[in-house]
Amino acid sequence: MTPRARALWMIGSIGVTALVVIGWQLLANYGGIPAVFLPGPDRAWRALVTGFSTGDLTQLSKATVERMIYGWVLASLAGIVLGAIIGSSKIAREYVAPMLEMVRPVPVSAFMPVVIAFVGLSGGMVLIVIALGAIWPVLLATVHGVSSVEPRLMEVSRSLRLGRLQTLWKISLPNSQPDILAGMRIGLTVSLVLSVIGEMLTSEMGLGYHVLVAARAFRSADLFAGVILLGLIGLVSNLVLQEIERHMLRWKRR
Amino acid sequence: MKGLKLAKAALLPVLLLILWEVVMHVRNVQSDSIAPPSQIFVAFWNAMLDGTILSRTAETLRAAMLGLALGGGSALILSIILGLVPPAARLAQFTIEVLRPVPAVALIPVAILTLGFGYGMEISLVAFATFWPVLIYGHAAIVNIDQQLLDVGKVLRLKTFARVTKIVLPATLPRYFVAFRLATAVSLIIAVTVEIAANPLGVGYELMQASQSLHPDLTFALVLWIGLVGWALNAVLLFAQRRLFGPAGVAFGIQQ
Repeated sequence: MTPRARALWMIGSIGVTALVVIGWQLLANYGGIPAVFLPGPDRAWRALVTGFSTGDLTQLSKATVERMIYGWVLASLAGIVLGAIIGSSKIAREYVAPMLEMVRPVPVSAFMPVVIAFVGLSGGMVLIVIALGAIWPVLLATVHGVSSVEPRLMEVSRSLRLGRLQTLWKISLPNSQPDILAGMRIGLTVSLVLSVIGEMLTSEMGLGYHVLVAARAFRSADLFAGVILLGLIGLVSNLVLQEIERHMLRWKRR
Repeated sequence: MKGLKLAKAALLPVLLLILWEVVMHVRNVQSDSIAPPSQIFVAFWNAMLDGTILSRTAETLRAAMLGLALGGGSALILSIILGLVPPAARLAQFTIEVLRPVPAVALIPVAILTLGFGYGMEISLVAFATFWPVLIYGHAAIVNIDQQLLDVGKVLRLKTFARVTKIVLPATLPRYFVAFRLATAVSLIIAVTVEIAANPLGVGYELMQASQSLHPDLTFALVLWIGLVGWALNAVLLFAQRRLFGPAGVAFGIQQ
């Protein structure tokens, strides 16, 4: 496909999205659905604009994004360190890894009531749960990456007489970079989901709490504005990580 | 050899459980947030006997499976259309990319507002969440069908419907199975999450109740039970996948 054709398709594809938005507007105006349940895109947009200019949407978004990123960084660091330890040691792989596989299928939100019982309904509990949830994709990807290094590379490390730490730092970890980055991308999605749920449960300031309150008060325009923002956060954070991934893995494409 | 591997895998969890039990007794811990494993087991046994766990789990599974059928089913149809009509796929791309990142949990308040509490909202949220993986993996599967197979369909002058049922679906069945297996895990996660966050239904709600009424033994038991259900569901589907499709499903390159 020529770049020109691709651009045209892209424009057409955006046009379809515009049509969907127009359809939403028509449905809201003439569909007979009470405005309490379904605001049109015009009202949602106005709620966004007023929310950002006079209201507290900036603060709320910032709170949610910060929560998401803190929990994610915490989880990623812990996941990479633990994953490197477990993946590079045969003993840990045999004795520890199966237990991790056993814990993994538990939906992370199920841990929330347990953590609430320990630390109460607080921002700390949300952070703990985010870290608990987002660690799995990173941890398991790191274990997989570190333990499946090309044997010839390991021979190189032996003939260079690298120590265990040096092998890990110079060969195993760089080699598992694609796995780790893919795991971190999933982890970020998990972080956003858990931030939202956590805010809903604890009434901590943030978009999750904001949308719940808006729904309870039948302020549907604010509700949709919040949902749109959360979708945007998901979209942008994913795009940013994809770009970082591409940049960091450019050595692989050669 | 396999027994040895299993023993090694079980060693650490068993040691931890014993340690947990011993510490709780030696330090004589009286807590509203944690209980020794023995009490957790007793609580699990009692809730199992009086039927609460099973009936609550049935509620959760009902919502999860209906949602999966709705979301996965419509994604199946849409992915076939998008897969067979490339211009439609290119036109729909932007809309899909914009809608997909919306976290299903962000829609919980929308579902409460429009549908109220109950099965309806939970099923629609599960449907939204399971729609995307089936759509994406299914579309990828159809795009990857061997062109020669599709050419055979053309040579035989099959009608569109026959082409779908006789060529496209058989060729992509293993991959759709994998997509639905992943979506099943998603459906359970979303159902439980919705129940914990809002919906007074199912095993997630029971868990929240146990925690709020300060019953750590039952809380831990339910968390373990939910994990067990998720694990068993995946294990059964994985087994079926291996039996039915052999390497065809595994070779798909989705992380197991």
